[in-house]
Amino acid sequence: MEEIKGYVHSIESFGSADGPGVRYIIFLQGCNMRCRYCHNPDTWKQGTGQLCTADELLDKAERYKAYWKDTGGITVSGGEALVQIDFLTDIFEKAKQRGINTCLDTSGNPFTREEPFFGKFKKLMDVTDRLLLDIKHIDDEKHKELTGFTNKNILDLARYLSEIGKPVWIRHVLVPGWTDDDEYLKKTRQFIDTLKNVERVEVLPYHRLGLFKWENLGIKNTLADVEPPDKERIANAKEILGCAK
Amino acid sequence: MENREQWNSFQGRLWKEEVNVRDFIQNNYTPYDGDQSFLEGTTEATDKLWGKLQALNKEARAKGGILDMDTEIVSTITSHGPGYIDEELKDMEKIVGLQTDKPLKRAFMPFGGIKMAEQSCTTYGYEPSEELHKIFTEYHKTHSDAVFDVYTPEIRAARRAKILTGLPDTYGRGRIVGDYRRVALYGIDFLVEEKSKDLANCGCGVMTDDIVRQREELAEQIKALKAMKVMAEKYGYDISAPAKNAKEAVQWLYFGYLAAIKTQNGAAMSVGRVSTFLDIYIERDLKAGVITEKEAQELIDHFVMKLRMVKFARIPSYNELFSGDPVWATLEVAGLGCDGRSMVTKNDYRFLHTLENMGPAPEPNLTILYSKRLPENFRKYAAHISVTTSSVQYENDDVMRPVWGDDYSICCCVSATQTGKEMQFFGARANLAKCLLYAINGGVDEKSKVQVGPHYIPITSEYLDYDEVLEKYDVMMEWLAGLYVNTLNLIQYMHDKYYYEAAEMALIDTDVRRTFATGIAGFSHVVDSLSAIKYAKVKVIRDDDGVATDYEIEGDFPRYGNDDDRADDIAVWLLRTFMDKIKKHHTYRNSEPTTSILTITSNVVYGKATGSLPDGRKAGEPLSPGANPAYGAEQNGLLASLNSVAKLPYTWALDGISNTQTINPSALGNTEAEQVENLVNVMDGYFEQGAHHLNVNVFGTEKLIDCMEHPEKEEYANFTIRVSGYAVKFIDLTREQQMDVIKRTCHDRM
Repeated sequence: MEEIKGYVHSIESFGSADGPGVRYIIFLQGCNMRCRYCHNPDTWKQGTGQLCTADELLDKAERYKAYWKDTGGITVSGGEALVQIDFLTDIFEKAKQRGINTCLDTSGNPFTREEPFFGKFKKLMDVTDRLLLDIKHIDDEKHKELTGFTNKNILDLARYLSEIGKPVWIRHVLVPGWTDDDEYLKKTRQFIDTLKNVERVEVLPYHRLGLFKWENLGIKNTLADVEPPDKERIANAKEILGCAK
Repeated sequence: MENREQWNSFQGRLWKEEVNVRDFIQNNYTPYDGDQSFLEGTTEATDKLWGKLQALNKEARAKGGILDMDTEIVSTITSHGPGYIDEELKDMEKIVGLQTDKPLKRAFMPFGGIKMAEQSCTTYGYEPSEELHKIFTEYHKTHSDAVFDVYTPEIRAARRAKILTGLPDTYGRGRIVGDYRRVALYGIDFLVEEKSKDLANCGCGVMTDDIVRQREELAEQIKALKAMKVMAEKYGYDISAPAKNAKEAVQWLYFGYLAAIKTQNGAAMSVGRVSTFLDIYIERDLKAGVITEKEAQELIDHFVMKLRMVKFARIPSYNELFSGDPVWATLEVAGLGCDGRSMVTKNDYRFLHTLENMGPAPEPNLTILYSKRLPENFRKYAAHISVTTSSVQYENDDVMRPVWGDDYSICCCVSATQTGKEMQFFGARANLAKCLLYAINGGVDEKSKVQVGPHYIPITSEYLDYDEVLEKYDVMMEWLAGLYVNTLNLIQYMHDKYYYEAAEMALIDTDVRRTFATGIAGFSHVVDSLSAIKYAKVKVIRDDDGVATDYEIEGDFPRYGNDDDRADDIAVWLLRTFMDKIKKHHTYRNSEPTTSILTITSNVVYGKATGSLPDGRKAGEPLSPGANPAYGAEQNGLLASLNSVAKLPYTWALDGISNTQTINPSALGNTEAEQVENLVNVMDGYFEQGAHHLNVNVFGTEKLIDCMEHPEKEEYANFTIRVSGYAVKFIDLTREQQMDVIKRTCHDRM
């Protein structure tokens, strides 16, 4: 059988914020969402990037095993990693064979309980140790306005992961004026309270470091004037969402 | 075997029979694997003295960096009467002794070179003494004058073109660590007795050059030891006998170090591996109930305060090389013994804790001899200190111990030396990036157009051919290595003759092992240049004289710093090739040649003197420091960069491989606990692969930029950062160097 290849945007040898411990982060190319605050719009386009096999990536990743100890491993992020679910599953299956801890960083956007996706996803979950799931907005209309897509299937993914007891970190990007409203933060927390598998809730303050990429790509950024949240707003969101201190 | 009352309760035999501090330590130290909860804060005395010192530092800054200078007195071990931080507070000073009669007053030290000593005065508005001028020009020759008397035209040209650079020909070579612990353990009288025996037994009566020189040096050492006693007496101490308690041990040891810094202004004046040794005395006093933990911490705080005060008078061109007034008062903690026991004691915590008690500081240059096998509590505490102060550096004990044993000191930024057994001839560095340009241009300097190197056939093709470049580079490096070693032979000869380190050598075994430390500048740029020539196409741009002055790169090529063997193999090849060429030559006093890849802040000055390179770096831009990958070369994050550096075999660069990395706190982890844990993991993983050294900075570029724009802010007064092999207050750097530090890769997460 011919080995599956996938499109890789880039790698980061030292990830310390995308899952537990020190992690090797693989950014896969391609995402359907068009989040206004995206800091990696260069990862949107599908079918470009460097074509790699799972083993090639894992051979490189294993050069960092000495740094991982008991807690670290690999995290596959994006773009949206689930867009290339066959490749992603291949990476994680082979990673588990090599005894590597696996973590998936996802927006949940491709998730559906429809086949053939759902069957593939269940297979993927067999080799996934942990997920980092973004809840970009709890309100469906606002979510559409922010990302161009509904959040229904994303919240459904959260519920599914709770059903199967898969460890999850919930993450929320805090954008002033867009995602920092107290009422919605409280609703987000209420939703999280219905889940039984959440190990951690994280607030990711919006930053402007990715703006130059929009300019380089010639795409208009509609949040160009939005400033990063101040310390008080961040603390407030963390308080409401019940983040670890 | 003699038993002294001061040694009461100390175990072991050998160290009583002969001068052998290592044996004393191994027989008596108490390993500690607990956490930092036992540590104590400052005493009132510490607060007052430190407050006074802070005020003095502020005053010095307002006066352009120099508070006061000596112009009439030549600094010797006994040249000055007692001096204190503050006359009114002098009873509070648990550890006493200043370089001159006043705090932060810089001594007049002409033996390295009278011109430099005088220029350092006039630079800051002080008038040097006419009488001393006469003495040191008409009646007595200095090291610098002697060196320039014998330099050849070829050496002068290479020096002027800065292909050989930073040479210790106008200042003390430094890097000799006296075993200052000996003063505490044995007292001066015993040390004089031992050196007198050595003098009596020196030679069989046939006066060869070696024997005559050795006899004279021993006589100088004995004089220095006796002078140390006189110096201590001025402060009311009799150091003829061993120290009898912890306070005396710290004081005796410091007097030994003080003698060194009163007589030598070497670039690096290390303190050495004193922490575990002193803990033995503190532990004995704690057990006997004669001091408390608070008093123990106070002793270390006051000792460290003294080390923070060490200053030398320098000239502007020196400051450009070694920015921020460093003295490399390097002091080591931790490490493992050859028997596998951890040498971490409570005192190693106390030394690190000074950075919490008195805030961050560049000196002493606190160095952690790291191993994955050190107690986890200690590794975490060290990482915590890095995260909160960015003031410490790490060196891999697991690669150094097999070479140097378990009682080595770091004699400069990163170079190991066996304490009391060894001395080093410091030799600055050869600019291998410039050497590559000489290979391309047939020995013609790309900046001055002068024929500096040998008149070899230049490369004339439009595109560079890898094999041709390598062949020409090889012979040009051969020339440079020979010239370099011979230049150093000459400098070391004159240093021994005119500026001998009697005080330090008096505290080192007479049968001393000598190393000959060469160094490499421009390392990563040579690697990337060769990689570009090999894997991409490099077009040569020549000026009207036919001299290659710029390069255009077509296509992509692997760069050093990405854990890519195609580039990293070139790095390993370069190191080995250069070292092999150095080894071919005779080295002064049969010293053992070593090399280093470290450059301090001098990478900025070296860069100014170096033309455009085939890796895309433009003329005049700073070279990357030490063994660091080039700016912007790292495309795969911190660990990929660390893995590249870790591939350089330490055994081929025994003088050290320095690597400086800056990590944004948010990229290190969300909470401090996570940051500490991740940093420990990074260091364990890096050093496990055999890497040698890591400078760790934890802050973001925003902080550096704000500090550069607002140096007056109180919070930045002691803001310390690590640069290649040492630490410096950021506000003490020139703006150019500040910009350079900001430009260097800050590992951030987007």
